Amino acid sequence: MNTLKTFRIGGVHPAENKFSENAAIETLALPKQVIVPLGQNLGVASKVQVKKGDEVKVGQLIATGEAFISANLHSPVSGKILKIDEAVDASGYRRPAVFIEVVDDIWDESIDRTPQIIHEIKLSKQEIIQRIKSCGLVGLGGATFPTHVKLMVPEGKKAEFLIINGVECEPYLTSDHRMMLEKPEEIIIGIKILMKALEVDKAIIGIENNKQDAISKLSEICKKHNGVSVQPLKVKYPQGGEKQLIKATVNREVPSGKLPIEVGCVVQNVGTAFAVYEAVQKNKPLFERIVTVTGKNILKPSNFLVRIGTSVTDLLEKAGWQPETAGKVINGGPMMGKSLSSIEAPIVKGTSGILVLNSNESYREKINPCIRCGKCITVCPMGLEPYLLARVSETGMFDIAEGSHILDCIECGSCQFTCPSARPLLDHIRLGKGKVAHIIRTRKN
Amino acid sequence: MNKLTLSGSPHVHSEMSVKSVMWGVVIALAPAFLVSLWYFGISALFITAVAIISCVLIEFLIQKYLLKEEPSISDGSAVVTGLLLAFNVPSSLPWWEMVIGSLVAIGIAKMSFGGLGKNIFNPALVGRVFLLISFPVDMTSWPVPAQNFFSLDAITGPTALGVLSEGIDAGKTVSELATILPDYSNMFIGQIGGSLGEVSAIALLIGGFYMLIRKIITWHIPVSYIGTVVIFTGIMWLIDPARYIDPVFHILAGGLLLGAIYMATDMVSSPMTYKGMIIYGVGCGVMTVLIRVWGAYPEGVSFAILIMNAVTPLINKGFKPVLFGNK
Amino acid sequence: MNNVLLFALLALGLLSVAAAIILYFVAQKFKVIEDPRIDSVDEVLPKANCGGCGFAGCRNFAEATIRSADLNKSIEGLNCPVGGNNVMKEVAAILGLTADEKDPLIAVIRCNGGKKHSPSKVQYDGATSCAFAHNLFAGEGGCPNGCLGLGDCEVSCNFDALFMNHETGLPEVNDKCVACGACVKACPRFIIEMRPKGKKDRRIFVSCINTEKGGPAKKNCSVACIGCSKCFQVCPYEAITMANNLAYIDPVKCKLCRKCVEVCPTDAIHELNFPPRKPKTETEVTTTNSTSESLA
Repeated sequence: MNTLKTFRIGGVHPAENKFSENAAIETLALPKQVIVPLGQNLGVASKVQVKKGDEVKVGQLIATGEAFISANLHSPVSGKILKIDEAVDASGYRRPAVFIEVVDDIWDESIDRTPQIIHEIKLSKQEIIQRIKSCGLVGLGGATFPTHVKLMVPEGKKAEFLIINGVECEPYLTSDHRMMLEKPEEIIIGIKILMKALEVDKAIIGIENNKQDAISKLSEICKKHNGVSVQPLKVKYPQGGEKQLIKATVNREVPSGKLPIEVGCVVQNVGTAFAVYEAVQKNKPLFERIVTVTGKNILKPSNFLVRIGTSVTDLLEKAGWQPETAGKVINGGPMMGKSLSSIEAPIVKGTSGILVLNSNESYREKINPCIRCGKCITVCPMGLEPYLLARVSETGMFDIAEGSHILDCIECGSCQFTCPSARPLLDHIRLGKGKVAHIIRTRKN
Repeated sequence: MNKLTLSGSPHVHSEMSVKSVMWGVVIALAPAFLVSLWYFGISALFITAVAIISCVLIEFLIQKYLLKEEPSISDGSAVVTGLLLAFNVPSSLPWWEMVIGSLVAIGIAKMSFGGLGKNIFNPALVGRVFLLISFPVDMTSWPVPAQNFFSLDAITGPTALGVLSEGIDAGKTVSELATILPDYSNMFIGQIGGSLGEVSAIALLIGGFYMLIRKIITWHIPVSYIGTVVIFTGIMWLIDPARYIDPVFHILAGGLLLGAIYMATDMVSSPMTYKGMIIYGVGCGVMTVLIRVWGAYPEGVSFAILIMNAVTPLINKGFKPVLFGNK
Repeated sequence: MNNVLLFALLALGLLSVAAAIILYFVAQKFKVIEDPRIDSVDEVLPKANCGGCGFAGCRNFAEATIRSADLNKSIEGLNCPVGGNNVMKEVAAILGLTADEKDPLIAVIRCNGGKKHSPSKVQYDGATSCAFAHNLFAGEGGCPNGCLGLGDCEVSCNFDALFMNHETGLPEVNDKCVACGACVKACPRFIIEMRPKGKKDRRIFVSCINTEKGGPAKKNCSVACIGCSKCFQVCPYEAITMANNLAYIDPVKCKLCRKCVEVCPTDAIHELNFPPRKPKTETEVTTTNSTSESLA
């Protein structure tokens, strides 16, 4: 039997529930108003460059990323800046945001809106990185790490592989899958651009085996391109984790506390590859993305192309949700997504899906005592002991937590998913991780 | 619209729960129970019912009136303890001794440590060993399979291991004893004397496979346990076949299968990593053979597992999983 | 037989003598010379080992007092909040110094939202930990500064002085509080403040720390401080300061006149242990009654 590649230790296989797999990408109508939060990327929030009353066009720069890890922000719509104020974000806290009233749909002239695919890459390595930076690209898999930072290989390191994450290991979500089916050419050109920027000659697209159509489609196109290949992978969560994906595709292990570049790899999402294509070849900044709206009680699970800043409510209504049955609305997938406290919250760059769980699914089971079954250890993809980490975090023994490598936790949630006693392992580990990180920071100072 | 629920990720949970694990074990024990019912008649049902009812009741009373907490008997862990305890005693055991055994198992071995998940030793085994030491006569007169289903008075006789141990001590050789030992096919299907749960190897194996498929247990402990016993006794058999009996006998006789599949794999008192489980299984195997061959008791499974239970915390400390990226 | 007994006794006796000699020399060899005052100070301390003084335990505190007494000839800045003035006086007496009188403190909960005044809009279903919930979301009631009601403070209290009231969803402090400060550190939102107990246990404080503007604050909680400054204007002793849409009453300057309590439009200012006021409306009713009587 030909066994498929995957990562070595741990992993779980939650029910896939990919309801929106066959729903073609649909462009959502423009909203009346958008709220663009300023802190959409990992790292430092962008600095606002417009003021109340300004007229903006689609794709116009409205906030700049000034710190090293920060990204530019562009207007997703054309219209008037209503105000720059605090808006309640998904967690219920108030964060600064730009409110824009939508008038018409006038795009910035510099954006190439023609549909034909441009194959030739004209820009040089430096120009590519500069363009990606100015277009405000961030990792679209959900972590929203600014893309240009990832492309700047530090001195003394050499990238050997570009690994493209088409795994989409989260249950329910299908946005990357649809992207691979509908924009394969563009993705491959995006990958070529990234390869040029990184000066690597090998790119591997990792796709889980439950997306046969995407595997065959991309493999077909890859034949025409040197150095790009598709690697089918066994279906196993959390294969989309950077370190797991590197292990699965090129069989290298990123050492604890190090970045993938340590083993000569750079990982990018397929969605990011497509955004790179649009930014470099069409000069289009990142102001819209594909969002899956799904759930068991959603009438029409769909994949929408939406402008950043659109309210979650608009998407839910379009997909035909039933508010009376909804129990939990999640930004992202069920394993790593964040639950929303308000559906008025806007779509941001990192929103890969909106998942609605019905009221039966949304409660956690009753917590039982730990029966020391060791299943959390077995499924931990990082080789940690989640039961121990949760315990010491709960009781405040942070020195033991640090010694047990709590900072290596990737928060994939496999431990909590599998725990027969339904213990909130990840809740405690996350808290302990924050505390330990804080302790280490203060120790350094 | 309802109030939205908020929690940290993950938002989904696997099907497995403490309840499903415990009831899964109960289901896995069902074939062995049916076999014992067939051989020992109504007395098997009676003693099992006494064990389960007293275990559940004792746990309920302790939780409700001593610990003053929400009783959690529906999780099935007390049922499993009662069932395993019943499987470890002869069906002819007086019912009040069974109640005492349950009290020790639940009251001392489980609840005094703080209840489910906090006990160091396997409660059923503690109960069994307590009974074995306190009532040695009752605990070692094993009924031979009954001829009459409804008979509560069974004819008692020694187990195969007992026969062997006494015979060897009396200076006889294995080949001399072979005539009075049951043959292997009878031992495999259960036509031998012994405690309720240890008579039929095939029924225990069926249950074991069920638990493997349901992922309630992993192969590590049973395989390393039985494998060690086979290798250890095999070597001795090869050295001196007149004095040491062959490994097949060791597997089929006594409570090795019951112990290796159901008792040693008890989640609470066994190690958590695969590596630790294998060490634990090997330790159990070595201890079992040592006690069986050189110890005073003919049967060593329960002592072996209890001794290794005590080592489990050390194994957990010593055999940590391999950290990702440290290869 | 007798010989056996004799040898056994002799052997044990000799062993014990040998052990005693070894022990004596070891004790001499590894003797730790310790200031005897540490023991005597430690003796008078409450032995709660709560860490309220800022040291790991009572013994560390005793060592610190002696260091300070030797170096600075005073124990200023060192205070055992649990023992209070009496214990500090005793400690000072042992060291031949004098201790300053300090007002006893008590923990004060500066949030009055809870289930009643800040009804929940969403439902939290996760680990019972305020610290985690604080990182996750703003709170069931929506107030980003309000009490999350999961009881981290209750867990941290070693003196049985702070309990969660599950009806209101807020913690409550009782007289057992010794101001060790554990709850102040435990609260991820800094809701709990140590304030002087006040004369006759009377205290006035703003029971809100919400720094949002009036509108959003009021939207989430009916008893939020909306930063209207009314109390600030009415206070005759300049005890109230306004910052970030929030009033703060300085417990030292406050003379407990209760004027601010009356003007607060949202009942955010709390008074504790005061005798009940004469209800105004009632007096009006009685006066009208009396007038009507006189008219009649």
